[in-house]
Amino acid sequence: MRVTVVERVPAEEMRIEGLTGDAAIAHALKQCDIDVLAAYPITPQTIIVEDFQKFAANGEVQTKVIPVESEHSAMSACVGASAAGARVATATASAGLALMWEILYCAASLRLPIVLTIANRALSAPINIHNDWSDSYGARDSGFIQLYCQSSQEAYDTTIMAFKLAEDHRVLLPVMVCIDGFILSHNVERVEMLPDEAVRNFLGVRDPVLPLDPDNPITMGPLALTDYYFEIKEGQDRAMDAVPEVYKEVEAAFEKMTGRSYGMFEKYRTDDAEIIILTHSTPAGTAKAVVDVLREKGEKVGVLRLKMFRPFPAAEVAEAIKHAKAVAVFEKCRSFGAVCNPLALEVRAALYDLKERPMVTDFVIGLGGRDVPPTTIVEGYEKTKEYLAKGKAPLYETLGVRK
Amino acid sequence: MAVDFAKGITEFRWHGRGGQGVVTSNQMLGKAALAEGNYIQAFPEFGPERTGAPVRAFLRISKSPIQIYAQVYHPDVVICIDPTLLDVVNPTEGLKSDGTLVLNTTMSPEEVREKFDFKGGNVVTVDASTIAMEVLGRPFYNMPTMAAAVKATGVVRLETVIKTVMERYPGKIGELNRAAMERASEEVQIG
Repeated sequence: MRVTVVERVPAEEMRIEGLTGDAAIAHALKQCDIDVLAAYPITPQTIIVEDFQKFAANGEVQTKVIPVESEHSAMSACVGASAAGARVATATASAGLALMWEILYCAASLRLPIVLTIANRALSAPINIHNDWSDSYGARDSGFIQLYCQSSQEAYDTTIMAFKLAEDHRVLLPVMVCIDGFILSHNVERVEMLPDEAVRNFLGVRDPVLPLDPDNPITMGPLALTDYYFEIKEGQDRAMDAVPEVYKEVEAAFEKMTGRSYGMFEKYRTDDAEIIILTHSTPAGTAKAVVDVLREKGEKVGVLRLKMFRPFPAAEVAEAIKHAKAVAVFEKCRSFGAVCNPLALEVRAALYDLKERPMVTDFVIGLGGRDVPPTTIVEGYEKTKEYLAKGKAPLYETLGVRK
Repeated sequence: MAVDFAKGITEFRWHGRGGQGVVTSNQMLGKAALAEGNYIQAFPEFGPERTGAPVRAFLRISKSPIQIYAQVYHPDVVICIDPTLLDVVNPTEGLKSDGTLVLNTTMSPEEVREKFDFKGGNVVTVDASTIAMEVLGRPFYNMPTMAAAVKATGVVRLETVIKTVMERYPGKIGELNRAAMERASEEVQIG
């Protein structure tokens, strides 16, 4: 990694504002000095691109904003710009991400750093503009790094760090930065923003490997059949393997500058916990509030809030939860026809090689934006206790739905 | 209510109709609280934009970072800016027994208590509709109703709220809103 000399930014140089999750991301993109933003509007990421367009119209950024005619074109434009060596971002959700699908794989396989911010939203039908994780969970095998944020502050911080992670020569992969649609994307929270110069110094200018250059033409992504395709995928897989180490370095530098870091996951009161709630994004925040109340009643419970879903930090997660009697997974996605759902699948696989494993319960919550109040978390916790007593749990179940 | 999952957090629920500025005034109150050093969450009830239909918005204010992300089910303060909603929604639903009910209405606090059978906490009334028409000349009664809530709860200082509103609406609109808010804070009835 390029050596970055960062220093702690004094508190008086920080700017504090009330920003929605979307606006926090827009401000981060502005400070990251991106060269190209290509996007097509879709709720609930709308504010990201709207705010950024205002910055562009006011001359506050030098970015080339490309208002394309579809998300397929948005990601295609990002691929082209990133291949030319630019710092590139876009934003989408739901059907927009679905329409990007083909090009997501191209971006990752061509090893192009692109930051794709997502306000997670349910997929049709029926049409629904609200939050669940079906969109980005569906893209979990595309080769993108996936980082999920709980707060507007974390969305701001993560967007900045995402470029440094993506552009590192040991990684060179695109990154999805995900926030919960509406629940965070339209929620005004306190956000502490760095001075522009600090962000620019932290990121530096992108140093592209083998960029497109009219004077030295090369071909990118040509045909590779039985001869080389597999080797290319092998290389892509190794890049993903390098992510945790680079992520830790990026976070360490960011923490030095801001005092904030998040880790690949956050452990909250898990050390002596008998039951660990495992989830991410906004439900993880609510789960922490629930844990505080349950702890007062003497319950030994904690939360593991996942941040990095791709690559999944299996060994570290297993180490953090293996002492528990049970792990209660809460996730906003149903993987139809699967034995359980994407997050629980990872957790169960991560625990499989242990001689003594915690029981894993899997609760599908909040599809299509159904509110996830603390009582839903409590219900899953109580059910997990019952299953522990019985010694048997269903592979998954839904909570908070009329049956 | 059973268990308090929001200890140390003051929770608000707003009622209004789409287009009346519930979302905006909720954000203004939140940003004023932020300016006084608090952590906040200010968010609307999520749904398609529906002009004229009942809408809600939620606000959390706390001295420490807020972890909970869900709608507010047991608010400390309920603010209803549209008097015509009082026959459509029950603003006391889920309101804590020691909570504060703030209404734009010509009713007295006693009449409100009787109508909603609300015995606890505080009832705060202000005729924000008349104030808005007389001061602003248009039915923008979100800001004067907010001023009544601020006066009654003391959760933030009125000056901070006015400053936040003036920054958002510089010039004449801001000045008129200031006048409406100051008048509302004087005419508020608490009982």
